[in-house]
Amino acid sequence: MNRFKNWAPYLQVTPLALVFLVFLVIPIATIVVVSFFDYNTAQIIPAFLRQNYEELLTSPVTWQTYLQTVEFAAITWLLTFVIGFTIAYFLAFYVRSTTWQTVLFLVCTIPFWTSNVIRMISWIPFLGRNGLANMTLMQLGLIHQPLEFLLYSNFSVVLVYVHLYTLFMVVPIFNSMMRIDRSLLEAALDAGASGWQTLVNVILPLCKPGIAIGSIFVVTIVMGDFVTVRMMSGGLSASVALMMANAMSLLQYPAAAANAVILLIVVLMIVAAMMRVVDIRKEL
Amino acid sequence: MTNGRRGPVFWLLAAFFALFVLFLYGPTITILILSFQGPSGQLTFPMTGFSLHWFANLFEPQMVGDFAGSLRRSLILGLAVMIVTVVFSFSAGLAFRRRFVGSNVIFYLAIASLIVPSILISLGIGLLFRVLEIDPAWYSSAFGAHLTWTLPFGLLIMFAVFNRFDHRYEEAARDLGATPWQTVRHVILPIIAPSLIGVGLFGFTLSYDEYARSLYTAGSFNTLPLEIYGMTTNVTTPVLYALGSVTTGLSFLVIAIALVSFTWIRRRRERHGSDAGKAA
Repeated sequence: MNRFKNWAPYLQVTPLALVFLVFLVIPIATIVVVSFFDYNTAQIIPAFLRQNYEELLTSPVTWQTYLQTVEFAAITWLLTFVIGFTIAYFLAFYVRSTTWQTVLFLVCTIPFWTSNVIRMISWIPFLGRNGLANMTLMQLGLIHQPLEFLLYSNFSVVLVYVHLYTLFMVVPIFNSMMRIDRSLLEAALDAGASGWQTLVNVILPLCKPGIAIGSIFVVTIVMGDFVTVRMMSGGLSASVALMMANAMSLLQYPAAAANAVILLIVVLMIVAAMMRVVDIRKEL
Repeated sequence: MTNGRRGPVFWLLAAFFALFVLFLYGPTITILILSFQGPSGQLTFPMTGFSLHWFANLFEPQMVGDFAGSLRRSLILGLAVMIVTVVFSFSAGLAFRRRFVGSNVIFYLAIASLIVPSILISLGIGLLFRVLEIDPAWYSSAFGAHLTWTLPFGLLIMFAVFNRFDHRYEEAARDLGATPWQTVRHVILPIIAPSLIGVGLFGFTLSYDEYARSLYTAGSFNTLPLEIYGMTTNVTTPVLYALGSVTTGLSFLVIAIALVSFTWIRRRRERHGSDAGKAA
């Protein structure tokens, strides 16, 4: 009985640990190993070469692509943060009945459980040359020719990022806000703070953990994205993951793997910087 | 700010919220309407009529690839991922209630699994299978790839649940002579059942909608998101929207089932009180 008790946690955690070992740790290790392999048009050849990295890091295209991806991530982060924070702030402090709070929160989260690819497609009739946006603007007489930049541009890429990922900001920030002791707000009010001062000096600092968690989600997803970029830019914009996908389709596996390793290092560095703000284990 | 009348700030924020909801749902509603486009209709407005033409079109295999087959594969895969996610996360959640050697490693692996970009997991598993000379398939490699995405969510939900769990229920069960298995079956499980529904919802929908992690792992037969994505490049009729409406409808159905069972359990509990302790 007692022996079983000491072993129980290990038995209970084994299935989960095995999945992570086989489908996370070993695959990432494989990427690292293959990134040093040699290759030709037909196959990959075990070797230990630095060539894949050298070619990658000396190409200006690589640097431009990384810069473009970081730019997408930064713009998306800023927009999702501002919108997400405002939505969470409204839900947490201005919706008074708990039922309404739950209902409105659900309204915000339901799209998360539907298909991202479909949600991207659904922007096409909206943004296209003859889409709803252009038709409306023309009918209002605001423009005389359809705006070309609405679809298949960096604009539509960022728009869809914001559409898909603002939720990742709303949920953790809302969670942080709901934990704020309401008497702190009253104290701020009593001490003569305006609503705006309370927001900036009391609420915002207390939401830091939620903001950090949301930021980690948004930034890592955008840094590793290629579906949205490929679909919404119509092939006009680049991203690191798209570059990898292209190398994969040319069967240049080691080149893709080397790029993957560098992307992973960049993403982990960004996350490490954000983790300094928050202890995730405390947030659960 | 939280007291008194509703000032202009409230209405400003409420308007912003309404716009956000419109932004979230507007496009989906647009394609829902457009999927009823007349037979001669295009990908954009105006509607040339109102018909079920494109829905019928969807089920003619030669027109749009293998919709029925990929839907079936995605449903089976989603259900399998759901079951495994619920069981494995629950089991690991039980383990994490006590300190054990390596608990930190596993916790950080779960976090890593969330933050490592999906495309890298997909690429890694694809390469691994290639190196081992095993053919990737939706029921093996893609199944594993999906689990690396759903299990961290499941585990984190379980952490949140067990952090709020009142351990006195368990102690009471033990004092009454319940075996560890009876405690789990008749005390812990009924109490956390609603959260397990939540974990199941994550498991099914995240798998059912997953694209990047399926890309290099699904092998020769497509799952639904891969099929849909393939269609976007070569289908230029509203059948695409019909497909979108059907899949979104299915997602809504799953969400509704989860919400209804969630509420049902809560209602039943309020009527009968907890059935914990009724174990014979």
